[in-house]
Amino acid sequence: MAMAIDVPTTSARSERGSVFRFVGRLFREKPLGAAGGVIFALFLLCGLFADVLAPYGMNQISPRNRLLAPSLAHLFGTDNLGRDMLSRCLYGAQISVIIAFTTATLATIVSIVIGILTGYLGGKFDLIVQRFVDAWMSFPDLIILLVVVSVLGPGLPQIIFTLGLLLGIAGSRIIRSAVVSVRENMYVHAAQSIGASTGRILWRHILPNIMPPIIVLFTTRVGTVILAESSLSFLGLGVPPPTPTWGGMLSGSGRTFMFQGPWLALAPGLCLTVVVYATNVFGDALRDLLDPRMRGSR
Amino acid sequence: MQAYLARRLLALVPALFFASLIVFVIVRLVPGSIIDMMLAQNDVGADKLSRDQLVATLGLDRPMWLQYFSWIGGILLHGDFGKSLWQNTPVRELLAARLPVTFELGLMALIVALLTAIPIGIYSAIRQDTAGDYLTRSFSILMLAVPSFWMGTMVMVFPSIWWGWSPEVKFVPFTENPVQNLKQMILPALILGTALSAITMRLTRTMMLEVLRQDYIRTAWAKGLSEQLVVVRHALRNALIPVVTLIGLQAPILIGGAVIVEQIFVIPGMGLLLLDAISQRDYPIITGVSLVIGFCVMLINLVVDLSYGLLDPKVRYR
Repeated sequence: MAMAIDVPTTSARSERGSVFRFVGRLFREKPLGAAGGVIFALFLLCGLFADVLAPYGMNQISPRNRLLAPSLAHLFGTDNLGRDMLSRCLYGAQISVIIAFTTATLATIVSIVIGILTGYLGGKFDLIVQRFVDAWMSFPDLIILLVVVSVLGPGLPQIIFTLGLLLGIAGSRIIRSAVVSVRENMYVHAAQSIGASTGRILWRHILPNIMPPIIVLFTTRVGTVILAESSLSFLGLGVPPPTPTWGGMLSGSGRTFMFQGPWLALAPGLCLTVVVYATNVFGDALRDLLDPRMRGSR
Repeated sequence: MQAYLARRLLALVPALFFASLIVFVIVRLVPGSIIDMMLAQNDVGADKLSRDQLVATLGLDRPMWLQYFSWIGGILLHGDFGKSLWQNTPVRELLAARLPVTFELGLMALIVALLTAIPIGIYSAIRQDTAGDYLTRSFSILMLAVPSFWMGTMVMVFPSIWWGWSPEVKFVPFTENPVQNLKQMILPALILGTALSAITMRLTRTMMLEVLRQDYIRTAWAKGLSEQLVVVRHALRNALIPVVTLIGLQAPILIGGAVIVEQIFVIPGMGLLLLDAISQRDYPIITGVSLVIGFCVMLINLVVDLSYGLLDPKVRYR
């Protein structure tokens, strides 16, 4: 019961208009986080409507316009093949949005499944799985990612699958600790005593009550995924060119021409930094409002 | 203390077992096609080694469990990580040459991070809600979002355009010329340490704020102690314990970041070894590097746990 009082927003689904009230609270109490949310929404829109917004095609080559400094015709300048950097950054946002959302969703689902099962069932099963998670987390994300990509080869599905699994397993700890604290609530014991099945308890009683950490986990994962994907692309093991990715634009052939056109180094990195920064502050604000217990953890 | 240490070392066994299993399984995710991919993607090796030779070298013709035990047995009994497929050098030698370089880079990054983060974190806490506090805090959140590869790229590009200066590419080992080596490493270490310092600064500030509200701090003030004494002797030591934990948690991120920084500045450490091995599909090196990195992270966490006792006399190991 205490949960329901601690976290009034969990009832957001049942109360009409409470989503709007929550957004209002976000803007009042966490203006920086709200600004992050707005930038985050803009990033989403840019990604979704890149085809409409981009003034030029993503791989439209124009040898006459190569390495032009930023101007009104090309706001972010052009690269060594005369491709418009603004358009490429917008299409880069599209790739980032696709990867970020599918991966974060997959990761969250993996976290929920592992976290709920180990947290609720406990016992030997929990012990063994937790030792596995320990071992898994002792590898740097990037190392596992690199090794898997070296086996499966670079490409969009491989990245989504690996990153999803990677972050999912690591995030299961957060879900597990939330489940462990919810598990001891009266309403769970009540459900157990009237003979509700384990599946029903997990689905109807545990899951709805761990929604706040799930939402927070998902948001913070989006930023992590964008950074991880761009690091991978930067190392030449992400989505293969000529598909424009923010990380990929900073490496490869673009790199050799940066000394002639420094704007090539600026635009993709700036996009990346702004979006990750916005996601971080937005995630922090959500966490403070939804799940005060997680404050200070990252 | 000894019993605790023994138990912790014993607990490393299952963790290492799982870790070796993870590395082993990942590399064999697609057992059939590994060979084809190696032959297709590596022109250098294709004429040197035939398909059957390659299968035999990798031991892929034997059952899976036998492969695992002979691999892990070789490492445990003889420190034998196998040989590089294309250069025929023992992987152990490569690891021994590269590990100190990455260790130096990581250590320097850690020192950089702590030297900037802790003083600024303390300042931010004792001058809470002043302009300086806001400025340093916003800056630290911003630095968290700047990817190290972007910062590295800008450091390579802009000084070169403006002043014609670029970082030295030819690596000088520490044993050959320590001064030159440190000069070369400081920039990569700064970039690697930035993200860590941002997180550490935030946590130092939070913990200091919490500790400064405690009764014993009020007592210290009431005794008429100087600010320096209260902050350093009474508050800092208590605030630092979670910060030390954080350093342990950040170890994997630091090592992962080292891969990127080593690539940008062409530093011949573990990261560059791994990247080169990946581009050549040199699987014995890939498994060796990942296993050693995993083991290092576990050791770092053990050392961090043991260091609590030094920092906090209340902690007794049982």
